[in-house]
Amino acid sequence: METLLEMLKDMHPEVDFENNDKLIDQGILDSFDIVSLIAEIDNEYGVTIPPESIIPENFNSAKALYALIEKLED
Amino acid sequence: MQINILEYLEQTVKRLPDKTAYADEQEKLSFLEVYDRARAIGSYLSGKGVYKEPVAVFMKKQPATAVAYFGAIYAGCFYVPLDQEMGLNRIEMILEKMKPKAAICDESTADLMKSLNYKGTILSYEDISVGKIDELALSSIRDNAIDADPIYTVFTSGSTGTPKGVIANHRSVIDYIDNLMEVLKADEDTVFGNQTPFYLDASLKEVLGTIKCGATTYIIPKSYFMFPVKLVEFLNEYKINTVCWVVTALVIISSFKVLEKTVPEYLHTIAFGSEVFPIKQFNLWRKHLPDARFINLYGPTEATGMSCYYEANRAFELDEPIPIGKPFKNTQVLLLNDKDEEAAGGELGEICIRGVGVTLGYYDDLERTREAYVQNPTCKAYPEIIYRTGDLGRYNERGELIFVSRRDYQIKHMGHRIELGEIEVCANTVDDVESACCIYDSHKSRIVLFYTGTAIGKDIIVYLKEKLPRYMVPNHIVNLEALPLTSNGKIDRIKLADKI
Repeated sequence: METLLEMLKDMHPEVDFENNDKLIDQGILDSFDIVSLIAEIDNEYGVTIPPESIIPENFNSAKALYALIEKLED
Repeated sequence: MQINILEYLEQTVKRLPDKTAYADEQEKLSFLEVYDRARAIGSYLSGKGVYKEPVAVFMKKQPATAVAYFGAIYAGCFYVPLDQEMGLNRIEMILEKMKPKAAICDESTADLMKSLNYKGTILSYEDISVGKIDELALSSIRDNAIDADPIYTVFTSGSTGTPKGVIANHRSVIDYIDNLMEVLKADEDTVFGNQTPFYLDASLKEVLGTIKCGATTYIIPKSYFMFPVKLVEFLNEYKINTVCWVVTALVIISSFKVLEKTVPEYLHTIAFGSEVFPIKQFNLWRKHLPDARFINLYGPTEATGMSCYYEANRAFELDEPIPIGKPFKNTQVLLLNDKDEEAAGGELGEICIRGVGVTLGYYDDLERTREAYVQNPTCKAYPEIIYRTGDLGRYNERGELIFVSRRDYQIKHMGHRIELGEIEVCANTVDDVESACCIYDSHKSRIVLFYTGTAIGKDIIVYLKEKLPRYMVPNHIVNLEALPLTSNGKIDRIKLADKI
């Protein structure tokens, strides 16, 4: 989770990623962020997020995204 | 001879009054509705004495926004598009530069506009698009119009920190749209899926292509470009068959392997541009849509959008760039070398555009206009203006034009044209930043800001987010003890690039 939070903070240092659960709905993450995140998650965690999992629900909070990574790691 | 872009609409509305012109997921407007509402707006503006001057259009991206543009033109004016995405700071800069007496807003922007330092009249689209149509006033305006009259001013990044307002006229836009539609083979069966923002000239392709051809444009919600499966589902639901997108948008679909699961089944014409298409991704598209036409478009805002095209109908080697091909009909490219002579053979030269597609210049900025819109150096005997793009190119052995690089620090990021200098000027105004320099990391497609001083990176980002459009905010920020310098004492960008 720490690594993921660092990635997100690098993109938007002013955002409270621990608590915000509307990252997509509030327009905090944009398409560039999603593309970068998916590439970095692949690098750091060695998991490829399949297209059907690239949906708003999985990117609205750091928690949801981390849960997806853990699920894909299994 | 056509002299006004509204003639597109007037011809089409006779043929296809009830056909949908523009739609999004909330609203659909037929050609007749577009025609009537645009004329109502034109009549209203004319009644208020707004004539031959800029009219700001500050609306969210929706079918009605195109109507407001046409409304301004019906009034004999030219429109200045504004969008929240630009950031409020830039919107205020544009209003200050253009000083429009009237601004058309919608429910989503009216309150915001009131909060800005704007002295003119704020008009509500909802109110002025349903009023009476003054046929007499509109026909008198048209009788006094010529094709050299301006049609819009759109703003593009400026390296000195101030954006430049490119002003185009009817002649250049008609020339561009006619030739582009011929290349796209667009007709009334064309269904466009619009991606590009309405506040950029890039969206003229769909907005004007639609009224010229009697086509239909569906506006795709921006959020779908983050979620590629939804995007492809949208294309299929609305039977989109033609797209003119930035490369980034196409790559989002192919790089996430969406095409292996589902393809846009109606799509037959795919135009792209503004960036280099990674060949691996291009080949994926070709593999999954073998019957589609792929067209690379190239051109600057200063030459009304696009100037050259190349139909990419063969496979490319991974290290081979897709050519930008050849100019549209009635446009010429001059490739000028360091001596301002035409580059011969495969020699490198600056791409310069010649033809009526060249726009009028930068609004109220003769100095910067004269730097880029210059006398054709190969023509000594009479005045002829060409536009120097600052792009370097050469011809390959097939005689096709290839884009090689920029001669300055302008970049293309997510399809947007950005002057790194504009970001640097802005970063240098942050308290406790001593010196700032931006480098584009083309490998990771990100803007990296290096700076010296005691400012905290987070504060710089927060500040830049307020001042710049979102797409110009650096994606990564690095604090250094000192910026490396060249022997001349300039910032050494090559050494900085090595630090990425």
